[in-house]
Amino acid sequence: MSASITSAQATAHGGGTPPSVPHLDVDPFAIDFFENPCPAQEALREAVVYLDKWSVYGVARHAQVHAVLNDPLIFCSSRGVGLSDFRKEKPWRPPSLILEADPPAHTRTRAVLSKVLSPAMMKQIRDGFLAAAEANVDELLQRRHIDAIADLAEAYPLSVFPNAIGLRQEGREHLLAYAAVVFSAFGPPNELRQAAIERSAPHQAYVAEQCRRTNLAPGGFGACVHAFSDTGEITLKEAPLLVRSLLSAGLDTTVNGLGAAIYCLARFPDQMAKLRADPSLARNAFEEAVRFESPVQTFFRTTTREVEIDGHAIGEGEKVLMFLGAANRDPRRWDEPDRNDLTRRTSGHIGFGAGVHMCVGQARLEGEVVLAALARKAASIEINGPVKRRYNNTLRGLESLPVTIKLA
Amino acid sequence: MLAATSHGIDGILAECGGNAMCATCHVYVDESWLGRLPAMGSEEDALLDGAAAERRPTSRLSCQIKLTPDLDGLVLRLPDRQV
Repeated sequence: MSASITSAQATAHGGGTPPSVPHLDVDPFAIDFFENPCPAQEALREAVVYLDKWSVYGVARHAQVHAVLNDPLIFCSSRGVGLSDFRKEKPWRPPSLILEADPPAHTRTRAVLSKVLSPAMMKQIRDGFLAAAEANVDELLQRRHIDAIADLAEAYPLSVFPNAIGLRQEGREHLLAYAAVVFSAFGPPNELRQAAIERSAPHQAYVAEQCRRTNLAPGGFGACVHAFSDTGEITLKEAPLLVRSLLSAGLDTTVNGLGAAIYCLARFPDQMAKLRADPSLARNAFEEAVRFESPVQTFFRTTTREVEIDGHAIGEGEKVLMFLGAANRDPRRWDEPDRNDLTRRTSGHIGFGAGVHMCVGQARLEGEVVLAALARKAASIEINGPVKRRYNNTLRGLESLPVTIKLA
Repeated sequence: MLAATSHGIDGILAECGGNAMCATCHVYVDESWLGRLPAMGSEEDALLDGAAAERRPTSRLSCQIKLTPDLDGLVLRLPDRQV
């Protein structure tokens, strides 16, 4: 089940020589791929491949992606986790101190965010998050015909997350827009990325301003991050950038995770019935939705030396595209991978990544409380209109999911 | 922990991915091996108090046990639950 990664001193191709892996004519950042990724993902899983369209290696088997994620020194993040190589191109924004950093620098900033988002902290905010989820679901059950994306998947995290960070009321509409830019910007220089960056200035300005200590309410996650600059664990300059990581990564991912979970319950009434019969499945239902839809579809790494993955040689300084979504549907790892089963043992899915960069927040609390509220209060969720997909170079999710939600 | 997740051992959830944040890779170490493991840090100690299954004197988080040749043959038992 595990993949083999070995150092390869002289086997990899030099500049200009074709790489020793199959070439695949697939653009994983094209609209038709977003609409129906499964057939192409199956082809991607056949071997380590080279995608000529963007001059990048691709790994899509679960064991291979897991192995790459767990070898952060050979497959580094400091040269960017998008297609752009920070050694060759100026990043579109100042690099993240955590996402776009390697150990040992990463270890220090990660430790700070780990403490800010510790299990003890999650226990403290749990009751408030739970009550807000119940209130949100109660209100939707009164309205009955809703858009499950705008009215729940977005509305719920927006009702709790900015408060937990300690953000001011005004300007919060920039948050989702900013995150959408960040995640599309990991992709190649296609229309989606260029358009996102072109309209990013006001969102960037908002986020930069909100990350300052004076704009963050006491007791929130933002203020907690800044407090670590008092004890010297991070510098005064680093603190706002670490708050930025919370804002970039903490909201849109949750929105798409929740959207995936509700979309699963709406498409698979048998799973909704199981959840209603046993609301304690809520936590696992969220995990299974993250495996099944993989809201974060892809991330890149850059090789720091010549290396072999399962015998396929890759040179130094090459971008490697990891297909998290394909790995989460790999039949070598999962029985009936294309079946949504909220009783499945989901342990080992890599929808949150793996290893030192694994998602620090994980949205499990938000996912669990919303699904538990639906399990207890709703009889059914039925799609009643056209489902519209939202296009982003990294995030997989919906623009609109019109449903009728009935009271139990 | 990494050995367990790489080989699909379901009893190790490792929700946080080995970053000492979640206590879902809890194991009971066979007593004969306990003294040969690296010492427990304060974060691991605090997390074990919040583990889902009963904490015992032999409890450890498997993400904090780095496998070395010295640990070849290590015997670990899984708790009844991780969440």
